[in-house]
Amino acid sequence: MSDALSLHVHEVSVGYGRREVVRGLSLAPLRGGCVTALVGPNAAGKSTLLRTIAGLLPMRGRVSLGAVDLAGLSRAERAARIGFMPQSLPGGVALTVMETVMGALRAGGDAAPISGSEMQTRAALALDDLGIGALALETLDKLSGGQRQLASLAQALVRRPDVLLLDEPTSALDLRHQVVVMSILRRLAGEGRLVVAVLHDLALAARWADHVVVLSEGRCAAEGAPSQTISSAVLASVYGVEGRVETCSRGMLQIMVDGPLPPSAQKTGET
Amino acid sequence: MTTASPPLTASAAAAVAGYRRLLRRRLLLLALLVAAAIGAFLLDLASGASGLSLREAVMTLVAPDAASRTSLVIIRDIRLPQAVMAVMVGMALALAGAEMQTVLNNPLASPLTLGTSSAAVFGAALAIVLGVGVPFIPLSWIISANAFVFAFGSMLLIQALSRARGAGSETVVLFGIALFFSFNALVGLLQYVASEQALQQLVFWTLGSLGRASWDKAVLLALVLAFTIPFSLAAAWRLTALRLGAERAESFGVNVARVRLWSLVRVSVLTGAAVSFVGIIGFIGLVAPHMARLLVGEDHRLFLPASALTGALVLSLAATASKLIVPGAVLPVGIVTALVGVPVFMLLMFGRRT
Repeated sequence: MSDALSLHVHEVSVGYGRREVVRGLSLAPLRGGCVTALVGPNAAGKSTLLRTIAGLLPMRGRVSLGAVDLAGLSRAERAARIGFMPQSLPGGVALTVMETVMGALRAGGDAAPISGSEMQTRAALALDDLGIGALALETLDKLSGGQRQLASLAQALVRRPDVLLLDEPTSALDLRHQVVVMSILRRLAGEGRLVVAVLHDLALAARWADHVVVLSEGRCAAEGAPSQTISSAVLASVYGVEGRVETCSRGMLQIMVDGPLPPSAQKTGET
Repeated sequence: MTTASPPLTASAAAAVAGYRRLLRRRLLLLALLVAAAIGAFLLDLASGASGLSLREAVMTLVAPDAASRTSLVIIRDIRLPQAVMAVMVGMALALAGAEMQTVLNNPLASPLTLGTSSAAVFGAALAIVLGVGVPFIPLSWIISANAFVFAFGSMLLIQALSRARGAGSETVVLFGIALFFSFNALVGLLQYVASEQALQQLVFWTLGSLGRASWDKAVLLALVLAFTIPFSLAAAWRLTALRLGAERAESFGVNVARVRLWSLVRVSVLTGAAVSFVGIIGFIGLVAPHMARLLVGEDHRLFLPASALTGALVLSLAATASKLIVPGAVLPVGIVTALVGVPVFMLLMFGRRT
């Protein structure tokens, strides 16, 4: 993993049928070693963009990792470089946590096949790394919400990808587990990975991300450091709410939402 | 990043050791299933109208020279092909059901509930009643070929629907039920115009019976199983990953569309072969995978073999029961599997809820 790791999104359009969700989107390069938060109101195209980068949706435009066009990678190569964590794992699955992580490692095929015992070792280490080694033999269905997210994260990490994409990793979690997951993401970025997470909670994005991309109706409304992107103007124009963004005594951004803007004010806010 | 694994931490070592214990326990369960299936097979062999005991049945097989001519005929030409057929049909239907449940992500999927069996029967009925069949196929195989073609066609329809935008697994099941009723109605129509002889044959197909088992059918079904099982097992990890959702599996590098398509081909071959030889035997494909799941979980390296073995076990027991319920008569085994299968399935479903 090099310091030069960067992800480029250039003129990307994605749609479902005729409805375009992401429209000709270009972003400043996303950097390795940083946590990037993708934020925006519902239906802004956050998850769609993330899944497109993961190679799960057909698109127009170009997504590249350094100089490598992701469209040119085979499935196995892509899976080796990019880990994707969906919003939630399905219920009613009679698999142990260990088995799901081994499946993540084995299912896509490998350039170099690994032995059964190495597979078990790597799966166990991936769990241990997230502090859930003790849950290895629990069935997925018996886990709490926070444990499930960590198990899901272990599946995304076991191939040791450079890039980690997470779709709302904290949405179903209580306060403590939100912070646990976000601090793990910070640590993973600190190890040099490129981490991109869709977040619903602006406060989490302000507190934990290095870089924020604000999406609105499939376009980029703002991008940059949290202090540059999360502002009362963005709250008004993108979210349609009246709010204040202030810096607390510890130098952290604090977001206070006072109420919805009337529809007429929203229009003017957009210009 | 290096490719070599860092040294094991204590907690990771404990996880690996624990997993290996679990794997050993499940392999032992698999071995017990083999033993139980063999036991049920022998029980099936020893039961029947003629009252030959288990010992006599086994002795006839082991030392055919010493056996009487009648028992030789009863065992070798009647009971043995039927018992072998029960084992293989059970395996085929259970394997088909297990793969369908995974690929369509639907615990209620099975050859019966998604209309695949009915489609196969309709294909067979077309051949029997109207003599319509796949061209260039020898007459003796035309019924089986038709059954496969219609089973595969119905699977393609189901697959197309499940890939269509917005069709959830419930929609797919509803569509399967619609197929089930449509093909049953079409078979009913054919029954209406059928000759008396063809009608008899159709009734046999719709009830499901091992009564027409023969060695050449058994050999063909064995070939079908020998051809499909290795491919099923080779896809085991990909199918396991599919249990975590199509997108998730895709992000692991799995070509989900291809896995689904080949799995449905296997399902159609297995269902078409089973149905064309013994007719509709319901609930094996539904119940056996659920029982296997309770025993060994859903790591498909274990789950698929366990499903097949459970299917063999259950159908052998059902075949035995079909000879014992009404003394002196053999019920169509499809009736028995339905009578036993439905309550077992209900129990399983309620058991999972709580």
